[in-house]
Amino acid sequence: MYNPTLFFEYYHLFKWESKNINLMINLNVNQKAYQIDADPNMPLLWVIRDIIGLTGTKYGCGVAQCGACVVHLNGEAVRSCVTKVSRAEGQKVTTIEGLSNNNDHPAQVAWNEENVPQCGYCHSGQIMSAAVLLRENPNPTDADIDSAMAGNICRCGTYLRIRKAIHLAAEIQKKEGASK
Amino acid sequence: MKDITRRNFIKSTGTAGFAFWLGLSARGSTSKALDLATAKNFTPFILIESSGTITIYNTKPEMGQGTFQSFPALIAEELEVSLEQVTIRQSNGEKELGTLQRAGGSASIRTSYLAMRKVGASAREVLIQAASNKWKVNADNCYVESGKVINRVTKASFTYGELAEDASKLELPKEPKLKEAKDFKILGKSGKRPDIPLKTCGKAEFGIDVQVPGMVYATVERCPVIGGTLKSFDAGEALKVAGVEKVVEVERVVGKYHFTGIAVIANSYWAALQGRKKLKIVWDTKGFETFQSSAYEEHLRSLGKQDGITDKTIGSVEMVKVSPKDTIEAFYETPLIAHHALEPMNCVAQVKGDKLEIWTSTQVPSSVTGSTPNDLHAIVGFTPDNIKLNAKFIGGGFGRRLYMDYIIEAVNVAKHTDKPVKVIWSREDTTEQGPFRPMTFSQLKGGFSEEGKLISFQHKVISPSYFESMRPDYDKTKVDAIMVEGIGEQAYEIPNVKTSYVRADYHVPVAAWRSVTSSTVAFPHECFIDELAYKAKMEPFDFRMSMLNKPSDTKRVMQKLREVSGWDKKSPKGKGKGVAVWEFFAGLCAQVVEVTYRPDKTIKVDRVIAVIDLGEVVNPDNVRNQVEGAIIMALGAATKPGISLKNGQVVEHNFYDNPLVRINEAPGIEVHILAEGGKVKGVGEPGLPAFAPALANAIFAATGKRFRKMPFDLRVI
Repeated sequence: MYNPTLFFEYYHLFKWESKNINLMINLNVNQKAYQIDADPNMPLLWVIRDIIGLTGTKYGCGVAQCGACVVHLNGEAVRSCVTKVSRAEGQKVTTIEGLSNNNDHPAQVAWNEENVPQCGYCHSGQIMSAAVLLRENPNPTDADIDSAMAGNICRCGTYLRIRKAIHLAAEIQKKEGASK
Repeated sequence: MKDITRRNFIKSTGTAGFAFWLGLSARGSTSKALDLATAKNFTPFILIESSGTITIYNTKPEMGQGTFQSFPALIAEELEVSLEQVTIRQSNGEKELGTLQRAGGSASIRTSYLAMRKVGASAREVLIQAASNKWKVNADNCYVESGKVINRVTKASFTYGELAEDASKLELPKEPKLKEAKDFKILGKSGKRPDIPLKTCGKAEFGIDVQVPGMVYATVERCPVIGGTLKSFDAGEALKVAGVEKVVEVERVVGKYHFTGIAVIANSYWAALQGRKKLKIVWDTKGFETFQSSAYEEHLRSLGKQDGITDKTIGSVEMVKVSPKDTIEAFYETPLIAHHALEPMNCVAQVKGDKLEIWTSTQVPSSVTGSTPNDLHAIVGFTPDNIKLNAKFIGGGFGRRLYMDYIIEAVNVAKHTDKPVKVIWSREDTTEQGPFRPMTFSQLKGGFSEEGKLISFQHKVISPSYFESMRPDYDKTKVDAIMVEGIGEQAYEIPNVKTSYVRADYHVPVAAWRSVTSSTVAFPHECFIDELAYKAKMEPFDFRMSMLNKPSDTKRVMQKLREVSGWDKKSPKGKGKGVAVWEFFAGLCAQVVEVTYRPDKTIKVDRVIAVIDLGEVVNPDNVRNQVEGAIIMALGAATKPGISLKNGQVVEHNFYDNPLVRINEAPGIEVHILAEGGKVKGVGEPGLPAFAPALANAIFAATGKRFRKMPFDLRVI
């Protein structure tokens, strides 16, 4: 049945997609409100980095293969390089900068304790992925870790330290939970 | 050691008071390379302000190898300050800091170890002298502790800040006294790297993170057929894309190659990418569209039959009597591969009249700001004094960032606007354009005496030439020394040896890739040693030790490895272990790899035990991190697909068809460090070459299958 309103909406969607027309988009990033003027198809990654200016989230591949771009959308790990910014509208985005106030999320504490990073470029994404694992599975085995972290590439090869740090983070998390 | 006669200059820092710059030659006594490069420079590494603030400069780019801690540690140790007391600054290629501001070849610590300690020690001695002058006592009556000079008798003290001005007027000692190892507070201990906390919370600034007011972005379309040139382009549609400002032709220079690309400049990287999709370009592919990797590999195999140019001979492999039944030959192949630093190539450049400013991640700040004919100024047309570099943390170097091609390209984009322009390479650009580690083939031949002793050994390398890729005037009658590195230098006592090189024409730019040619020649060399061991019906470790009778670093390392790896404990059925050792310019490392041959006929790499020979160790935990990482990288190079060209274009595009090792593939790794004095050796690369042959040798032990071609797929045995 012909619905003029729906036609109007679809027409505009088509028009925006093909002509890269910008929209005002409301975002909540690290508990701060932003109103940004962008193409709704722009990946969240580039909005976060280039428009909002938070560069902790990294570009590594652009095709969801390497995990350097992982952020939390309502607490779930998503690859911001393939997430359109329009999907984040009205949702809660957390980047590495917002994971903790003092570099003191259990994963961050463990990463520092174990001297995990070499060049460090992948570790924003590694930590964001690890944070979700630790929330979902407070007692991960090596196999659990491998499974959860296989989507995060480290070219420098710090994998053994990542495993060790996640085990340590689990312990830290337990202690913090016990002391609450 | 060049005379250190006096300080460089006092620099007034306005409200911070007088600053005391120490000018010292960076010429060290540990290496020829250091001497050649620093003939007449004074190099101020330490800034001591009258306020007491101490700044130490790290002139070795930080790319994960830890120089941000280990390089200043050398100075701080002798200056008797803790690293927590100082501010460490990364250098930006400043002229005053010398021409060795580059990281590569595992050379940072190994070539500057003594020189940097002397920098710290000289500073300590003039500070003591200044205090003892003030107290009118003998310098022996003073000692230093935590940034203060203390009078042994009266217990009075001055801070370094209070002494800075007086000390700056004194002559620096030529040969300051260095601390004894037993008194070390920093060196040899696993101190914390100050850059790590920045890297766990998103605060570390890499080149790609740089934001400059008014900055625009660019992406470059380069000819998909490598070697093609630009015929024409139509930017009409691209310019209509929202955000796109300009579309310009730009040149990129890599080695001897000059390539033209089309740059789309826009107000966001995303808009630039959309504009790039709309470019209409006509390329002249110059016949390179007929190039096929498979045909080229056949060509290399046929070149393997040529004698090539002899590089090194010991005795005479032609004269020695070896019966054909006591001879074996083998042909080994390694592929073209990409560096895949996780931070893709990028550079921000701004041209303002005759001034150029650059912000980037680079392994060679001294080449960006330097004034030799090979430095950036000569290629992009600015005077060295008008070039300013802002050097950032590097998200992976591995040799790729030794080349300034992406910087040159960005500067050429920036010439078309007065705004700062950030050029970013996509992962596809990286995979499709190179430069790459060259494919390197090897022909090996060995022969035994009647008594079963290995008396003849030949290793011939067949490959494109690195030096030919770098310079148009390459002399084809000479051996490319880089392509034959190490093959005539191993410690095995073999009375007749010949190494040689066959150069192959190639049109694709090639580059140094972590451990350079050792990453492609150690595999054939050490696998063939195993093949010879089996021919001689000797156990592979015993076979190697039978050729290491004289004292040598290799012998010492192998003895340690045998002990710590538990080599002599026999592997149960279904498991196997392999050994390999490799020494080259960067250092020396031997490894044992243990594998399981699973019932589904796949290989699992269980454990790697590595012994690395260092001479001196600055930060043991950092050394272990480096060797672990090198092994993971070597695992990828050995078992993952390389780069191939079809119809002149690179077939692979991104990590889905050019994969890297992931966490679930990482074996257990144990690193043992030998630091028993003597020559200081490198850390960044030595962990890499021995892995692939040790792995292949372990697979043979477990399965009876011999792999002579990298990559070999562990899932298909």
